Amino acid sequence: MTPLEKVEGRAIPLGLKNVDTDVIIPAHWLKTTTREGMGRGAFESLRADPDNLFDSADYKGAPILIAGDNFGCGSSREHAAWALGDLGIRVVIAPSYSDIFSGNAVKNGILPVVLPQAAIDRLMEVAATDPVHVDLDTQTVTTPFQDRFAFEIDPFRKMCLLEGLDEISLTEKSDAAIGAYEAKLDADRPWMRPVAAS
Amino acid sequence: MTQPRTLYEKIWDAHVVEQRPDGTALIFIDRHLVHEVTSPQAFAGLRASGRTVRRPDLTLAVPDHNVPTTARLDANGNKLPIADPESAAQLAALEKNAPEYGIRYIDAVAPEQGIVHVVGPEQGFSLPGTTIVCGDSHTACHGGIGALAFGIGTSEVEHVLATQTLLLQPSKTMEVRVEGEVGPGVTAKDIILHITGTIGAAGGTGHVIEYTGSAIRALSIEGRLTVSNMAIEGGARAGLIAPDETTFAYLKGRPYAPKGADWDAAVAYWKSLATDPGATYDKTVVIDAAAIAPSVTWGTSPEDVVPITGVVPDPASFADPSKQAAAAKSLAYMGLEPGTRMQDVPIENIFIGSCTNSRIEDMRAAAAIVKGRKKADNVRWAIVVPGSGLVKAQAEAEGLDRIFTDAGLEWREPGCSACLAMNPDKVPAGERCASTSNRNFVGRQGPGSRTHLVSPAMAAAAAVTGRLTDVRELMA
Ligand code: SF4
Repeated sequence: MTPLEKVEGRAIPLGLKNVDTDVIIPAHWLKTTTREGMGRGAFESLRADPDNLFDSADYKGAPILIAGDNFGCGSSREHAAWALGDLGIRVVIAPSYSDIFSGNAVKNGILPVVLPQAAIDRLMEVAATDPVHVDLDTQTVTTPFQDRFAFEIDPFRKMCLLEGLDEISLTEKSDAAIGAYEAKLDADRPWMRPVAAS
Repeated sequence: MTQPRTLYEKIWDAHVVEQRPDGTALIFIDRHLVHEVTSPQAFAGLRASGRTVRRPDLTLAVPDHNVPTTARLDANGNKLPIADPESAAQLAALEKNAPEYGIRYIDAVAPEQGIVHVVGPEQGFSLPGTTIVCGDSHTACHGGIGALAFGIGTSEVEHVLATQTLLLQPSKTMEVRVEGEVGPGVTAKDIILHITGTIGAAGGTGHVIEYTGSAIRALSIEGRLTVSNMAIEGGARAGLIAPDETTFAYLKGRPYAPKGADWDAAVAYWKSLATDPGATYDKTVVIDAAAIAPSVTWGTSPEDVVPITGVVPDPASFADPSKQAAAAKSLAYMGLEPGTRMQDVPIENIFIGSCTNSRIEDMRAAAAIVKGRKKADNVRWAIVVPGSGLVKAQAEAEGLDRIFTDAGLEWREPGCSACLAMNPDKVPAGERCASTSNRNFVGRQGPGSRTHLVSPAMAAAAAVTGRLTDVRELMA
């Protein structure tokens, strides 16, 4: 996973509340075998409008997305995080998220920043014309106009994002403990190993 | 003295690899079931990072979601091509990934193929007291034999493939106790629909539900799997039923079940798992089995349950304003008017199948109702989809397939089928389906489809009358 520390660039001022995972990536995109390329299906219904933000000259490839309350609600599909990532988005800024979505986002190297609605409103204004700066290390969102918004993040998630660690790499640090568990299981309950009768 | 513990706590404690200071724990996974929809990206991730599968011996792969339920082999025994290119690609990916990583693979045309949650217990691969995961939320099903089983996302599938563990937060415990004896025509499906209607679709959120009480103990394993399957419809990540003599009798001699002295050791261990007297649950709900009627859903949430003798509710009758709005929306989608008798609702499609209700008992219960009767003229499409090739073979040996086909129902090949309509089996927009599956969500059985969840016997009753029907009227 690509580490994430500072992200600066245009922020797509979407602003909508309750953006569900069906809006982020419609169900028919679930029948794929790769994580890549899902950006093409991202926000498909919104992008059917030729004047949509995502494909406009100003915001194409923008690394930040600003949204309203309860972003990522609905189905648990991890494809939503893949679609955002494939679109080039590294940070989402919203007042709240569904639990499953924010977990999936972090697992895929996307930072879900939580800020109050007033801060969102101000950032929406700035995003209309200027870039936004997100610094995970100092936990701040700043603008070229001296705005400075601090945000909270779970220390474990912060570390994973900063170091680009995926959970698998972290668990691999417990390799010895897993090996010890397996050895004890084989000794205590050897019948747990599935052996097919031939 | 050790604290009295619940079944859930005992299984959890036995699987902690490493306790973390923040309350989470690294939990060992005993069995990993893999199907074609949620695994391709996980294998791709392994490949990209150069990782391998830690315990291929604890992993079993079987395709089920996309497989067609029509013939899979031509007259010469060659595999027929799959029409939908995306389905074909997902199936091909599993067929390639499983052997590449040394994982046991049941092919789409193998006699044991079937829905992953039917195959696991049937093969004795799922065992009591184990932790079981699968990239599918109905993994809760395996709780019916006393396994702690739950659905996971694709990143977690990759995590389990690579490490055979998951980092988890312990759940709260909830007891749903069903006491007494159910009346005639009332099945495991009616019990779980009634429970879901009682506790609500979010009633078990954050909890693992243990189903207890004399009505649960009286159920066969098939029935217990049906109950636990729908734990997720009540918001719980997993359901559990303590293993007992019924469980042991079901598992004994299954292909992957322990044998000989191992079997005796296993049974002794499984017997120690039952919740200790004096152990407490975070929440308990008690249900009177005698009060459960054959049940049916009217809306688009699995909590929208009424007895078949009931009527479509008036949205205004709900206390919660958000439920009022949701009910009004559901009724508009379902094309139903408040006050309509459920038994007057006409049905054009019948689906008997899914991991909830596609085992041999389900086939028998449905066949008993259609026997000697004919499908109603207004029923356009009626399919019976056994949960596995072994269920299919057993049913055919008992002549059940003939009973269905004589009555005008179609007898199909095993798979998920119209439960989620990823394969060609779909309910057309605006039409109703009496379905033995587990989700009546908007569009679940095809865009615009209208689902009424029922038991196999109730679906069979609707097939022969052409409307939702109280199965008790058709029972001898
Ligand atoms: S039958 Fe339905 S619920 Fe069960 S595994 Fe298949 S799609 Fe999921």
